[in-house]
Amino acid sequence: MLKQESLILLLLGLFFGLMGIVYWVWSGEDGGGVMLLGAFLLGMLPGFYYLWWYRRTKGNRPEDREDATVADGAGVVDSFPSSSIWPFVFGMGCFVAVLALTFGNWFAVPAGGLLIWAMAGFTAESRRGGNV
Amino acid sequence: MTDLIERPVTAAPIAPAHHGDDHGHAGDHDEHHGPSGLLKWLTSTDHKVIGMNYLVTSVVMLVIGGAFAEIIRAQLVSPTSTLVSLSQYNQLFTMHGSVMIYLFAGPFAFASLANYFVPLQIGAPDMAFPRLNALSYWLYLSGSITMLLGFLVAGGAANFGWVGYAPLTSAANAPGSGADLWIGALMLTGFSAIFSGVNIVATIFYLRAPGMTLFRMPIFTWNLLVVGILILLAFPVLTAGLVMLYCDRHFGTHIFSVQGGGVPLLWQHIFWFWGHPEVYILALPFFGIVSEVIPTMSKKPMFGYKGMVFATLTIAALSLGVWAHHMFTTGAVLLPFFSIMSLLIAVPTGIKIFNWIGSMWGGQLHLNTAMLFSIGFVITFLIGGLTGIYLASPPLDFFTHDTYFVVAHFHSVVIALVLGGMAGIYYWGPKMTGRMLHESWGKASFWFMFIGTQVFTIPAYIVGLHGMPRRMGVYPNNPAWQTLNIWESVGALMLGIGTLLFLVNVVVSWKKPIIAGDNPWDGGGLEWFTSSPPPHHNFVSLPPIRSERPTWDYNHPDAPALGHGKHAGESSNEKAPV
Repeated sequence: MLKQESLILLLLGLFFGLMGIVYWVWSGEDGGGVMLLGAFLLGMLPGFYYLWWYRRTKGNRPEDREDATVADGAGVVDSFPSSSIWPFVFGMGCFVAVLALTFGNWFAVPAGGLLIWAMAGFTAESRRGGNV
Repeated sequence: MTDLIERPVTAAPIAPAHHGDDHGHAGDHDEHHGPSGLLKWLTSTDHKVIGMNYLVTSVVMLVIGGAFAEIIRAQLVSPTSTLVSLSQYNQLFTMHGSVMIYLFAGPFAFASLANYFVPLQIGAPDMAFPRLNALSYWLYLSGSITMLLGFLVAGGAANFGWVGYAPLTSAANAPGSGADLWIGALMLTGFSAIFSGVNIVATIFYLRAPGMTLFRMPIFTWNLLVVGILILLAFPVLTAGLVMLYCDRHFGTHIFSVQGGGVPLLWQHIFWFWGHPEVYILALPFFGIVSEVIPTMSKKPMFGYKGMVFATLTIAALSLGVWAHHMFTTGAVLLPFFSIMSLLIAVPTGIKIFNWIGSMWGGQLHLNTAMLFSIGFVITFLIGGLTGIYLASPPLDFFTHDTYFVVAHFHSVVIALVLGGMAGIYYWGPKMTGRMLHESWGKASFWFMFIGTQVFTIPAYIVGLHGMPRRMGVYPNNPAWQTLNIWESVGALMLGIGTLLFLVNVVVSWKKPIIAGDNPWDGGGLEWFTSSPPPHHNFVSLPPIRSERPTWDYNHPDAPALGHGKHAGESSNEKAPV
């Protein structure tokens, strides 16, 4: 039902918000105040999204019902890729990009190439239903 | 290839004889279609393969970080040792801390065992985003390599401490490439952590099996949910801080330098706003591991299940309000606020300690290696936690800040986590490999590690109270200090021997296998309902889920019902014919 899920995030966010107000007013230090404000928003944003989703779907997922039987969850769960080379290629692109921060801009050329290749690969893989 | 995965609908347990039989399983029909060998390692998006990759890589990092520690301790045996130069010493303690925190403890905690067991414990076929999960691993591995590359560049590795305080990290004070590699490595591992956090939270919110309500999830999975949320709150702050630091070093900004009107203290705020939640990001998964091991090995359900969950949520809430207790001596932070918040965290942590003791109380204790490591964890963590209460008090902190007392405090905490991690490996290793780890080697390893921890930390507390500062490669020629330092080094050596014995155990257990079976400990979580190791996409069948230990309910239908909610205890009525 995603109700408890949203409540966890909303209550955590609310606590960070209250703590942020106390901290900011009491200390007058802006850095921590801004970061706690960010934490408040990071609780609220997904929290309200899940609450909205719960309201829309009326919350009746088998994983949220205490009396659900195994058969209630029958059917396709989701589609899961069993293997893909593109996370590796994308990761290596990021690796070389970070090396460019240290060893010089020319590293950015192979990095860009790898990242574009990987993103094209990801897209094509998703379109065709996946391939190594 | 992409598979549309159907949920298993029968409640029959997997017959052990069918484990190796691909044709008998609906769930692993595609196992022999995937690549094998090196290509499997490079391309797999299976959470179990990625979890194993994380586990092996992070244990390698533990060994590397441990080797740095041994060199540091060898240097400190004598007050004026010249084993390494002072410049090399600075690099060593920086990289020891960085490797252990960023490359071992974090990834081991929230990516290796978590990756492997969160989907299994909630009855999911995989993590929610398998390809993102694989990307997390590659970013982690490349980040680890990037950080260690520092030793190969001119000027050596980063040398400003694992906390990277401004202005030590400025272009003038740390001119070499080592500092940039350190920053780049933390960006890579930071994004890796953020992606893991997204994956864990989405998996737990969306892929639970029918009947697996939030309050029937095992404590380990609960803790990982909270860790996932904390990662999303904390890691982006560090990554943003690192971008600012890089801009200061290379693009002429003055965010952390006084000269241009910047504020060096801002780095400490940003770093610890990540750094203290990070302590709980590291600790909570290990709390989760021992919360699985202790009830299972005591033949009892978890004592105070809901109390454990709310204690974890309380720790998460408070963890964002304690960051500046690392900064008491700067004289520029709000002492009462951070002191009160830090002291408050002792309450939920204390609840956990009492619940672990409560879970053992009156149980049939099975003191095997996993249980010994769990008890060792509780004792060592308690020492670290209690000394943490002293440090949360500003007057005591002023006295002990930057001394070996602090070093001893956080080593009690983090080595406790290593003991908890070992408990996890001994407990879940049989599920991951299908083979038991040998008990005799395991127990020898435990005693070396447990006693070694205390032999290392207790003299460190004392020498800290005598005033010995941390991060010094040489120290005043004081016989009392030297004696205590020699004891610390003996403890560190024992820890090293314990770790080596563990590695020997892995090799011995691999060469002389003892077959584990599906459920060697009579465990209660869903992970014990499937085969060891589990098939591709994990489950061929699922039991009815009516409590936080559905496998135990299924295997012990006549036992008194345990559970939460009005439909608890109905499992025996729903049992399908086997």
